[in-house]
This record gives sequence, C-alpha cells and structure tokens, in this order.
Amino acid sequence: MTETGIVLQFIFSGLTAGAIYALVALGFCVVENSLRIVNFAQGDFLTLGGFFMSTLLLSLGLPWPLAAGLAILGVGVCGILLERLALRPARNRDPLNLIFITIGASVFIRGLIKLLWGKNPRSIPAPVSGPPLKVLGASLTRESLLVLAVGLLCVLILQVFYRASLRGRALRAVAASPRAAALIGLPVGHLNALSFFLAGTLGAVAGLLILPITGVSFDSGLILGLKGYAAAVLGGYGSFPGAILGGLLLGVLEALVAGFVSSGFRDVFAFGLLFLVLAVKPSGLLGAAEVERV
Amino acid sequence: MLAALRKDRRRLACLTLFCFLWPLFIRNPYYLTVANLTALNILTVAGLTLLIGYAGEISLGHAGFWALGAYGSALLALKLGVSPWLSTLMALGLTLGVAYGLGFLVLRLKGHYLVMATLAFNLALYFFLVEAEDLTGGPPGLPGIPPYRLGSLVLATDLSAYYLIWSVVLLGLFLSFNLVHSGEGRAWKALSGGEAAAACLGINPRRYKVRAFVLSAAYASLAGSLYAHYLSFISPKTFDIFFSVELVAMCLFGGRNSLWGAVLGAGLLTPLPHLLAVFDEYRDLVYGGLLMAVLILFPEGLVGLRKRN
Repeated sequence: MTETGIVLQFIFSGLTAGAIYALVALGFCVVENSLRIVNFAQGDFLTLGGFFMSTLLLSLGLPWPLAAGLAILGVGVCGILLERLALRPARNRDPLNLIFITIGASVFIRGLIKLLWGKNPRSIPAPVSGPPLKVLGASLTRESLLVLAVGLLCVLILQVFYRASLRGRALRAVAASPRAAALIGLPVGHLNALSFFLAGTLGAVAGLLILPITGVSFDSGLILGLKGYAAAVLGGYGSFPGAILGGLLLGVLEALVAGFVSSGFRDVFAFGLLFLVLAVKPSGLLGAAEVERV
Repeated sequence: MLAALRKDRRRLACLTLFCFLWPLFIRNPYYLTVANLTALNILTVAGLTLLIGYAGEISLGHAGFWALGAYGSALLALKLGVSPWLSTLMALGLTLGVAYGLGFLVLRLKGHYLVMATLAFNLALYFFLVEAEDLTGGPPGLPGIPPYRLGSLVLATDLSAYYLIWSVVLLGLFLSFNLVHSGEGRAWKALSGGEAAAACLGINPRRYKVRAFVLSAAYASLAGSLYAHYLSFISPKTFDIFFSVELVAMCLFGGRNSLWGAVLGAGLLTPLPHLLAVFDEYRDLVYGGLLMAVLILFPEGLVGLRKRN
C-alpha cells in the first residue's frame, strides 16, 4: 500500500469511529439546548440501544428494520422516563443537583444492564455485506459508509427540526430562557421530556451502529460517553454542526495517533485533547457564544 | 458563628473519645479493618463535602487523587527507599500540583466542565496504572509496601494502624471545622449560594473554587497514602470510576451542606457492603438508586432530614 493509501486508511477508520462520537455528542447537545445540564447517562443510552437491538434481533428473531425501530423507540422512552421520573420531581432544581441525578441514573442503568443481560459483550452480524470499495489504494467498507451516512442524516434531521418545525423552535426558546418560555405558554416540562426522548434516540442510533463493529458491553457507555463529550466540547458545546465536526475530527486524530504513535495512547489522547481545548479555546471550533470565564 | 463552631468542637470531642475507647471492647480484628477503611472514607468525603456543598462544584475524580496518594507514596517508598512519612508528604505535594493544574484550567470556565474533566482524569490515570506494568505492577497490583514506623515501633497491626488513621482523620475533621467557620469557609458558602452575589462581595469565584478543589484533592491523597501503607498492597481496581461515584454518593447521602454529613454518609455506607455479602452483586443498582432517591426526595441528605423535623 502506498503512503497516501495508509494515511487514507487511517482516516477512513477514524471517520467511522468519529461518526459514533458525533452521534453521542449530538445527544449531549440536545439536552444542553433545553435543560442546560450535562446528561451523564448519554453514554448509557448507547449501551441500552445496543442491548435492546441484540435481544430483539437475535433472541426474538424480529426482522432488521423492525428491531432497529423498536430499539430506538425503546431507548427514547427510557429518556422520557429519566426526565419524567427522576429529573422533574426533584425538589431542588439547581443544575448541580440535576447533574448528580443523571450520574445516579447512569450508574443505575449500568447495574440494571449487568443484572438483566450479564457481563458478556453483545454483537450482531453486519447488516450490509459486500466487498469494500477501493479509494486511492485504501479500502472503505460498506459498513463505514452506512455509519457515516446515518450520522449525517441525523444531523440534517435535527437541523431541520430545530430550525423549521414549531416544536423545534419552542425547544430553542426553552434553551434561551425557561422562564420566558413558560410565560409565553410553552409547556416547558413536555419540551424537556422531548429533548430527553431525542437524546435517547440519538444514543440508541449510535448503539445500533457500533453493535456490529465492536459490540457493546455493560460499561461501554462510560468511555464512549466521555469521548462524545470531548467531541462536543471540541466542536463547541451545544452546537449541532460543531458536534459532527468535533466527532469526526476526534475520530480521525485518534486513528492517526493510534496508527503512527501507539494504539495504547488512543484513549488517553482523547482526554488530553479535551483538556487542551478547555485550556486554549473553551468555546470550541463552532461554539456560538463565547464561554463565560470567571 | 462562634457558637456553632463550639458546638461542632464539642461533638467532635465526643466522637474522638468514642473512637479512642471503642477498640478496647472489640475482639474481632476484622471490625478494626472495616473501621479503618471507614475512617479513610470519612476523610475523603469530608474533603469532597468542602468542594460539593461549600464551593458548589462536582468531582468524579477523587478515586484518582486517592490513587495518586497511594501509588505515589508506595512507589517512592518501594523504589527509592524513602521513609513512608516522607513519601506520604511527597505524594501529597504531587497531588496538590496536579489538582492545582486541573482546577486552574477547568474552573475558570462557567458551567459544569469540572465533572467531565475529573472523570477523564480518573479514567486516564486508571489506564496508566493498568498499562505501565513495569512501574506500577499493572492489574495484579503492587505488594510489599512498607508500613509507617515510629522509632522502633512498626505500625503494621490493625490496632496500631487504627490509632494512627483515626488520629489523622480526626485532626483533618478538626481543621475542616475550623476552616468552614472561618472567612474562607464562609466565602465558599457564599459561592454555592450564588456566584454573582459572592463576586459582588469581593470573593473571586475562580480562586476560591480552585482552593476548595485542591484542598479536597489533598484529603483524598492523604487517605490514599494511609491506605497503601496500612494494607501494604494496592491494585488499580480499587481506584476505578465506581469508587469516585461511591464517594460522591456518601457525601450526598449524609448531607452535602455539613461536614457531619460526611461523617454520617461515609460512616454508614462504608461498612454496609462488608456486613452484607449479597450487596456486592447489586452494588451499582443500590448506589445508583440511592443517589437518585436521595437527590429527588431529600436533597439535603440525612443531616437535612433532622433539621427539617
């Protein structure tokens, strides 16, 4: 393989992983754009999606599209439940308190998965097959193409939803000021639940995509959640195009570091990058507003 | 304010008396081990309470600071032959530096960046401890850590370690109580009440938050060093993310607004898994559920319950 071929090969594998990070990052952004908290359970939505899918597809034998639809919907409902049963009844509305609740939820979901499905990782056979495409000497698998296409589709849908639909615009109003949104008669509670539904579905989609590639185990959500967060910060926390850009960039940089330096540094690199962005440019690449410094 | 401090001191004196007499009636050394672990958690959670309840910031990296204290001190004593007392202080210095760097970077940003940054720190450190086998011994752990010595007296038995650890912990608590009743503590309290208002009163939020963070990391590091030299064996598994979550759960369960909450939370939740063997299987479920239930139903924790009645 030529020199460019090798680099391109790393970039392709990085883009695939990056699309997954981007989807997790989008989930963080959706919650940031309504409740303005870090939803710690975002990574665990991904794990839940993967486990739902493997059970529906392999144990119940449902056809692929139906299983995927049900798994995505199921995690979306879990998102609503988290908002409805844990966050809304909280007596103390302080963001600190709400973040702690999502931390508790994350640990709880991990425990539940361990109890229901055990500690073994799950995987499913690849949904698309066929020989990989050849681009400039590097091979691009059909699986990677699917992952990238789904990732881009998700951000398109979100953009249109937030810009054009009434509900999407209501969500943006809640993000700008929950009190003002309530004053003009917007159902803030329902809108928060909606954003958690969206966060759940985005997590589930990421879980479905990663399931045939690396599989999921009960604690996959921790690392992937953190990388998704790093991607969101890199792109500009709260910005949808930023999430996609940050995710893809993180994936590619990580793949290049793993390929040319050492694969052991792969995970540490993502965290190092997180600190670097927080130190140098906390508003990220596409951050809308300058992060307030104190 | 002074009356409150006197009340806290009286209570602390009672606790001290109880703690020093209690071992005289204990025959089973296992209880002493559990009591020692409880004391170390109390120290760490007290530091965490200063950060969460007073300065209003979240850390999910305190297991990492424990690991810095434990591995730092153990490696210095093992590889360089430094006396355990000195290595404890050196590890403390290292932790102070790391915590200051981390806090300095992250705490100038408004919003909750610290929680993810500390989590990333803890994970990265955990990976390092597992991967760098030549230095840290890797997943099997690091055995043969020398104990503390006082002259010719080796503090290796459970009982002698008990008195050493509890003395340090009670001293730490005494200092913390002084601190929260001083100007520094009131400044932190003002910060958690409202940053803008505190800033108007001339309290620099960033500086005070960094100080609270560094201090709480120092408590964790000290607990880690004491742990390493007491048990003479450490492994990375002890310092994973779950331990950080456990510490936070103890802090919130006891009540984040009071140092007595730290004593209660760590004092009640540490012995629990040791006394209930079945507990281990459902650890995540219990801690996750407990954390959510406490925060939804009584966010002030146990201490807050008593005040409400």
